[in-house]
Amino acid sequence: MDESGKKNNRRDFLFTASYTVGAVGLGATVWPFIDQMNPDSSVKALAKIEVDLSQVELGKSITVLWRGKPVFIKRRTKSEISEAQAVSLEELKDPQKDEDRVKNPEWLVMLGICTHLGCVPLANKGEYNGWFCPCHGSHYDTSGRIRKGPAPVNMEIPRYEFVDNNTIKIG
Amino acid sequence: MSDHTYTPSSKFGKWFNDRLPLLSLSAHFREYPTPKNLNYWWTFGAILTFCLVAQIATGIVLAMHYVAHADLAFDSIEHIMRDVNYGWLLRYLHSNGSSMFFLAVYVHIFRSLFYGSHKSPREIIWILGVLIYILMMATAFMGYVLPWGQMSFWAATVITNLFTAIPLIGESITTWFWGGYAVDNPTLNRFYSLHYLVPFLILGLVILHIWALHVPGNNNPTGIEIKQPSKGTIPFHPHITIKDLFALLVFLIIFLGFVFFSPDVLGHPDNYIPANPMVTPYHIVPEWYLLPFYAILRSVPDKLGGVVLLFASLLILLALPWLDRSKVRSAVFRPIYKQFFWLFVIDILVLGYMGAMPAEGTYLLIARIGTAYYFLHFLIILPFVSLVEKTDPLPASISEPVLTEKDKSDVSE
Amino acid sequence: MFQNKFLYFKANLAFSLFFLFIISSTNLFADTELLKVNWKFQGITGKFDRSSLQRGYQVYNEVCSSCHSMRLLSYRNLGEKGGPEFSADQVKAIAATFEVTDGPDNQGEMFTRPGKPSDKFVLPYPNVQASTAANGGAYPPDMSVLVKARKGGANYIYSVLMGYDEPPQDFKLEEGVYYNKYMDGNKIKMSKPLLDGSVDYVDGTNATEDQMAKDVTVFLTWAADPHLEARHKTGVKVLIFLIILTGLVYLSMKRLWSRIDPEV
Repeated sequence: MDESGKKNNRRDFLFTASYTVGAVGLGATVWPFIDQMNPDSSVKALAKIEVDLSQVELGKSITVLWRGKPVFIKRRTKSEISEAQAVSLEELKDPQKDEDRVKNPEWLVMLGICTHLGCVPLANKGEYNGWFCPCHGSHYDTSGRIRKGPAPVNMEIPRYEFVDNNTIKIG
Repeated sequence: MSDHTYTPSSKFGKWFNDRLPLLSLSAHFREYPTPKNLNYWWTFGAILTFCLVAQIATGIVLAMHYVAHADLAFDSIEHIMRDVNYGWLLRYLHSNGSSMFFLAVYVHIFRSLFYGSHKSPREIIWILGVLIYILMMATAFMGYVLPWGQMSFWAATVITNLFTAIPLIGESITTWFWGGYAVDNPTLNRFYSLHYLVPFLILGLVILHIWALHVPGNNNPTGIEIKQPSKGTIPFHPHITIKDLFALLVFLIIFLGFVFFSPDVLGHPDNYIPANPMVTPYHIVPEWYLLPFYAILRSVPDKLGGVVLLFASLLILLALPWLDRSKVRSAVFRPIYKQFFWLFVIDILVLGYMGAMPAEGTYLLIARIGTAYYFLHFLIILPFVSLVEKTDPLPASISEPVLTEKDKSDVSE
Repeated sequence: MFQNKFLYFKANLAFSLFFLFIISSTNLFADTELLKVNWKFQGITGKFDRSSLQRGYQVYNEVCSSCHSMRLLSYRNLGEKGGPEFSADQVKAIAATFEVTDGPDNQGEMFTRPGKPSDKFVLPYPNVQASTAANGGAYPPDMSVLVKARKGGANYIYSVLMGYDEPPQDFKLEEGVYYNKYMDGNKIKMSKPLLDGSVDYVDGTNATEDQMAKDVTVFLTWAADPHLEARHKTGVKVLIFLIILTGLVYLSMKRLWSRIDPEV
């Protein structure tokens, strides 16, 4: 009885070990098939871009493509800045201070995508002198905050930094 | 392949199984009585199933990145090799996978030839197998065109030009095939479409192949029918599954050895040069697994003759079960056939070697002799041997083997 | 069992022959006459020599790149793992030394700007025709996958670089054609590219012809096969894993079959 018991134990151990090691192998095999769909290295290389701001005049904005989406870079006038700063937080659907949305008040850098359903809003349109989304009528102010319409939150600020006075790095 | 006796234990299982007998099917596969004396040459069926699934799986993910356009195909493959996460691994698995697939299919075919698995009552299994093999060649050929390197382009040009040999309509068929006046972007696009389609036809044929196998059951190394199933067979699972798994793992070690340490050795350097319709490479050869047939094609000085012989060399396989009339299946008990079997193996290897050499001088002469012998084997030797051969006595059952005097002397060698 | 050993012997022989045949029908045995170097990237644990790769890039950049493109490579590749592994700042600086055509801008004009790491290597000629015309009718091949595109691979590249010699007495050479021991027909349209001291190595290595030929060959090998190191590393792990699993499955199989037939 002892003998066969030992034999059975060894058998159980062998089978368990085979199954376990086999399962690990199967898991490791599946990963390349999944990971191949993630952004490849040529896509990742474009995940950070540097933008030259020296050509942007006061009051004008440029749109650059970053990670396949438009980024609005607006050089705001004094009045636009004070308009954005003057708004009291109670009036806002998604309360956020203008100071928290910019690194340098003169430059507003944000993802030009309406937070409702992903359309690209039009500049200098709408009731708040900011942006207006033609798809479902969302109005944004000069800080890109949602003021009226179906969009739930303010337009997103991407991660960026000033490399020098005239260059920002997005991403 | 119906196991009406199987009843699932759970209530839901029974409900489900009455409507779609998947559980019965699974039980059939587990219990499928398999001869217990199968040797390792019988594991290649499972290995081939794995190869097909692996090729389809890697192929589907490669298709997510590949671009079938004459201007972009080469670069998209390099994009896969350089930028896509694990792209190099998936692509090398796929390209080396085709070689391993053919390696396994050749072992499978020769196993069948040696042990007479193509003989009655298994003719349909054999015919389905030949069709699978031909479709595999077509798939491999079209897949080889997709990287749009020099070898891709010129292989496509040479092989599609075969059809111009057809009298009267050859030219128009070839133009239709190309979608232009030479191999070009339209050709690449349709090859891509078909390269994606045909593996699923192969999969369908493989299902029929296995179905047809499960009607009479497996042949075995003795080639004799199993008279007492309870004594001579074992259930497929777990005994055969684990043996197949073991063989598959050994096969994988060889396969992945190529993939990781010599991934380009089975390919041709010229295919890393982008296709150029103005310059033919100095020496063009097909992939190794097509070489014997390439040698047959080139051994005839006449264009149409070569093409006819090439197709004949494949189609003759379909007639094999009726050319070899011997009642005894296994070569183990056929002393004369056994010798000719090995001669045939050598003939194929020689033809393959000649296919890789330039078609001139002695090479061409040997290729011609090899080609002649190929047809001689099927048309004269097999029917003749099966008439005159005096076969060794067969054992009474697979579990009571007889050891003849000759076998004893073989062992002592 | 009636399966006799002799049969197995023959079958194994056929199988081995089959393998030999596969391998001999490819290019393994083709490069017998080439110069052979004991490259560090060879073998199952082979790796690139990092400093050799960096020097090789310098040779490519200062000598080869005026005629030979490497259109499949980007500057970022120079900083990637398993490659020359220049630092991120070095890669940025290297890329910035090149002038890249970009655009169109808002006015619809193309413009030039300093290169970025994500840019592809700048081409020496706008297209193959221009390149052919500028090089006396011989197109200097793109070097991105050159090592894979030649029989003998790295040894071939190295051999051609080292194969310049005085032609034998009765050997006829046309204008603009040079003698090379390892080229097909012993003729090459590229003049001897590497002379002792052709480059001033940044790391102070003595730039002999042999050193430069080796370094640039290593660089080109990496360029053609940028994931070689990852491939080797993964391969060793995968094979060790498979051998263990095969062993376990073998023992399990023996155990399962022990009740049926002692000899599986």
